[in-house]
Amino acid sequence: MNTTSTHFVPPRRFEVYEPLNQIGMWEESFKNNGGMYTPGSIIIPTNEKPDSLSEDTSHGTEGTPHKFDQEASTSRHPDKIQRRLAQNREAARKSRLRKKAYVQQLETSRLKLIHLEQELDHARQQGFYVGNGVDSNALCFSDNMSSGIVAFEMEYGHWVEEQNRQISELRTVLHGQVSDIELRSLVENAMKHYFQLFRMKSAAAKIDVFYVMSGMWKTSAERFFLWIGGFRPSELLKVLLPHFDPLTDQQLLDVCNLRQSCQQAEDALSQGMEKLQHTLAESVAAGKLCEGSYIPQMTCAMERLEALVSFVNQADHLRHETLQQMHRILTTRQAARGLLALGEYFQRLRALSSSWAARQREPT
Amino acid sequence: MDKVMRMSSEKGVVIFTKSSCCLCYAVQILFRDLRVQPTIHEIDNDPDCREIEKALVRLGCANAVPAVFVSGKLVGSTNDVMSLHLSGSLVPLIKP
Repeated sequence: MNTTSTHFVPPRRFEVYEPLNQIGMWEESFKNNGGMYTPGSIIIPTNEKPDSLSEDTSHGTEGTPHKFDQEASTSRHPDKIQRRLAQNREAARKSRLRKKAYVQQLETSRLKLIHLEQELDHARQQGFYVGNGVDSNALCFSDNMSSGIVAFEMEYGHWVEEQNRQISELRTVLHGQVSDIELRSLVENAMKHYFQLFRMKSAAAKIDVFYVMSGMWKTSAERFFLWIGGFRPSELLKVLLPHFDPLTDQQLLDVCNLRQSCQQAEDALSQGMEKLQHTLAESVAAGKLCEGSYIPQMTCAMERLEALVSFVNQADHLRHETLQQMHRILTTRQAARGLLALGEYFQRLRALSSSWAARQREPT
Repeated sequence: MDKVMRMSSEKGVVIFTKSSCCLCYAVQILFRDLRVQPTIHEIDNDPDCREIEKALVRLGCANAVPAVFVSGKLVGSTNDVMSLHLSGSLVPLIKP
């Protein structure tokens, strides 16, 4: 029974299988209708090779024979033994071919992975956002990341791509002639895009507030400026102010008042955060720090930590309101210039992170 | 709830807080920076704490505290105070 075709169960997705899956994959191809198989022999799947099985009478007309029946029948019929041996040889040959195909696939995946890593590295050098903000050579994912956080990181990657696209569009449009109506819709989209990020962060904070607080998804230079899980609104206003010129007197007054209000709100939240740190430290350190058991302290500290989520949300609320107020104070054109400036500012910070990481890696 | 009505209708700024609430502390700091002396009611030291909490939630403050009242009227919680302040409407409200 010689067949020229190789058949193996094609994987559903192009990815590397774990050993368990691999065994399962091979096993699947051996199980067939009714799951009949005798210990010590392998049956070829009936649905795949109709011609080679026409002589095999153990399937088909007789239905599903018991394994007891099969053992009894082979001892009485030597030609059935021969047939079974031939089937075994055939099945073993097919298994070898499947294994070979699988190994080839693994090799291809490995090469593709190396290629992807190189591409990512290259993209990082260019200052594009890549990966999880960890400026390292290889793809690396923290073992402790929950699936919700992994999902957030992927979503954030898409968010940055869309951000870059929007910034390019604003840049192109502002260098040419553009109607206020078109500009207004671009401004609205840009604002909505930021608001979407705040929503994403809020969901992520519920899963892992420390992750959001530490700005783990951001690049290193962005993290340097971190204030409660994001940018500091008053600082941003300072950076963007020159880009709104010319401002009317009323606008200038409004912007200055906004900046002052931001600073006061930020100070209040910062002091609240300090108090939270203080009370948390108190909770953790309560009792004697030599006991070796500290469950009550952990319980109390966990309660305190719940407040951290509220702070992160408040900080994002502040960012949200700052953007809203700027939108109210400025004309459409000024807002567009401001959003372009804001976007490019963050792009530059990301590029700085990559450049710095590349410099660190160079041998001295 | 009568007690809440009574306490909140005191003149000026009235804030319901809890001693363990750091966000309440942040709101107090903000008013202090605006040179306003709010009346603070720390409800966790009050025997009717539970009822007061429920009343504040019913009035619209999801977390009960902080709950800010100005001249007897509910302004809201932290979010509302921050929004008002950034829009420039808080100061005229507390210092008419």
